Amino acid sequence: MTSMTDVHPIDPRNVQLTEDGKLRHFLSIGGLSKEILEEILDTADSFVNIGEKSVKKVPLLRGKTVVNLFFENSTRTRSTFELAAQRLSADVLNLDISKSATAKGETLMDTLQNLEAMGSDMFVIRHADSGAQHFIASQVTPDVAIINAGDGRHAHPTQAMLDMYTIRKHKGDFSKLKVAIVGDILHSRVARSQVQALNILGAEEVRLIGPKTLLPDNLAELGAKLYTRMEDGLKDVDVVIMLRLQKERMDGALLPSEGEFYRLYGLTSEKLNYARPDAIVMHPGPINRGVEIESVVADGPQSLILNQVSYGIAIRMAVMSMTVSGQMQQKNQQDQNNEEASA
Amino acid sequence: MKLTICGGRLIDPAQNIDELIDIHLADGRVLALGQAPAGFNPERTIHAEGLVVTPGFIDIGAHLREPGPSYKGNLRSETKAALSGGYTTICCRPDTSPCIDSSAVAQQILDKAEVLSQAKVMPLGAMTQGLKGTHLSNMAGLQHTGCVAVTNMRQPVESTLVLRRCLEYASTFDLRVVFYPEDHWLKADGCANEGALASRLGLGGIPASAEAIGLARVLHLIETTGVKAHFGMLSTARAVEMIADAQTRGLPVTADVDMAHLIYTEAEINGYNSMFYVEPPLRTEADRDALRQGVKEGVLSVITSAHLPHEEAAKMAPFAASEPGMATLETTLSQGLTLVEDGLFTLPQLVERLTSGPAQALGLTAGSLATGQPADLCLFDPQAQWQVSHDTLFTAGENSPLMDQTVSGQVKYAIVDGKVAFERQ
Repeated sequence: MTSMTDVHPIDPRNVQLTEDGKLRHFLSIGGLSKEILEEILDTADSFVNIGEKSVKKVPLLRGKTVVNLFFENSTRTRSTFELAAQRLSADVLNLDISKSATAKGETLMDTLQNLEAMGSDMFVIRHADSGAQHFIASQVTPDVAIINAGDGRHAHPTQAMLDMYTIRKHKGDFSKLKVAIVGDILHSRVARSQVQALNILGAEEVRLIGPKTLLPDNLAELGAKLYTRMEDGLKDVDVVIMLRLQKERMDGALLPSEGEFYRLYGLTSEKLNYARPDAIVMHPGPINRGVEIESVVADGPQSLILNQVSYGIAIRMAVMSMTVSGQMQQKNQQDQNNEEASA
Repeated sequence: MKLTICGGRLIDPAQNIDELIDIHLADGRVLALGQAPAGFNPERTIHAEGLVVTPGFIDIGAHLREPGPSYKGNLRSETKAALSGGYTTICCRPDTSPCIDSSAVAQQILDKAEVLSQAKVMPLGAMTQGLKGTHLSNMAGLQHTGCVAVTNMRQPVESTLVLRRCLEYASTFDLRVVFYPEDHWLKADGCANEGALASRLGLGGIPASAEAIGLARVLHLIETTGVKAHFGMLSTARAVEMIADAQTRGLPVTADVDMAHLIYTEAEINGYNSMFYVEPPLRTEADRDALRQGVKEGVLSVITSAHLPHEEAAKMAPFAASEPGMATLETTLSQGLTLVEDGLFTLPQLVERLTSGPAQALGLTAGSLATGQPADLCLFDPQAQWQVSHDTLFTAGENSPLMDQTVSGQVKYAIVDGKVAFERQ
């Protein structure tokens, strides 16, 4: 085990960025500039057609090792990260941590430091604790690029960016768009990241819709208007983003039943009529048909749910290539600083 | 042992003294202030020019970790740390392992503390068996052994009827009860102040109302049972108002705040710094200001350290997965002096909150340098600068939020029962 004295102090700067302001970890949307978000979207644009080619690879991460560390179960997100890494020609290691190391009593720090010692260049991490990736990037393995694939209720920045990509591709200029996010806002890391991204990219209006048990007042401070009725919240919006409702919310006295939730907040074709006629419908998946969305809407002409999945691979390729290049720049900068210091 | 301390600035709020005056100790007690009695021949004289001489500090809310996880701290390390921080009396909390719900555990702690002869230890006993909140503990037995009060810490007493019985039973023996008010269900899995910051960080929030509701429930029962109660580690403006109101109505209640809540706000946890994960959570600036005002006005008559030592690994985890608490015994004085420096209250007021305030809150024979009182003293240099580090701290805890920083104010001597128990080299 590595000694505790090797631990890195908490970095007061934005730990996501190099000294020159380049992305070296991708932890949260908060703290990033409009320029960086646009760079991610533009970079993804250059990758989005690779999936249609006969050879679906570019050599940007050849020789690099990417480790997928999912402390929470996920098949879909992990698969898209795996595909993204493979299309960048990286070597990929998938670790299902929920079944291995931590079950043997190894701490998070030990697990990460061991994997760093094996020569990993990037960790793609999902963890149930908010801030886990921030802790890892700032205090455990700052020289390994950390990609946040979801932390507690805090952030899911690659999901938010693929949603921004979808919106930009199908609706264009953010400054003319009203966007509504519907459902379990309280527990949603996706919603928090989306609200931040939409604000940074300059969306005209961001709305959050849900019953008060799932809609904390204080989220308005992130830059959103709060609505409790679909009729009011969806009026004239250009984009409707539905969130997945976890079944366990019924147990915590947050909701009485799935039936009542669907009746009030489920996106039916009838409720979609409150939005603009050309509004697009999105969902981070996996969808609960008949709980948060009606099948005819999910499969209908306004739905972009499957497009989101394919854009997701391009977005993940973009942040993976950008962070690895940021880490290399940071290392070169440090080497140069060290040389100057010794000269 | 006869001892004279001369040339120091003696501050004894219990006697309203703040002047340059000598003090003479004999047979473990205060013999005289000012002129030495005729024929008094001290075996040692401490020249205290430049030092402030006060009653030894009393902490009514520190974890000494014994019995329990000794790698986080133990009686030897923590009572030494206490002296180094100016504390000569520690009322340790009962959530040890096993907890202090029997005379045997209380006696074990008292015996060991006596052998160590560092800071005095006066345990708080558990109010219910195993702190489980269902059966009364043997309160009379705990009191007989030396427990100065009982408390259930932050463990809930679910049944209001059981809670009422606890208060009635304690009042039978004029035994004080200490509460750390918090509604267990509103707290849920929270670890931060409920609000925009916790929401943005995705951390579970604990609303201020959790403290107000926990407090209101107990205040109603105090009114009907008349038990003497003390409320510890308040964190919200609302709680300060409620205590002030109860005191105005003549209820026998006192209250404290820990130093961290007078210094820091929730802003410290931005960036997930687990060093600032404490219970109750750090709250808003408005709360901190109300707590400061409460201390100034005396609604909060006690400042505690809330010392809770941990090994370094306990903090090396994602915020909510780390362990709450700070190691504070040796820096509470320095932090208090910054508040005096900032003009929030006077030095005698600070000393009062660390000495006679806690003594009165729990009815202890301590906290004053009147003739005949136990000769427990603290001598500190308010100007001395020192660096907080593993080398300068005596606590086993590695979780000081001030680690590697330079602070002002350092204890030079601690005297317990007339003997120099600590002398900084």
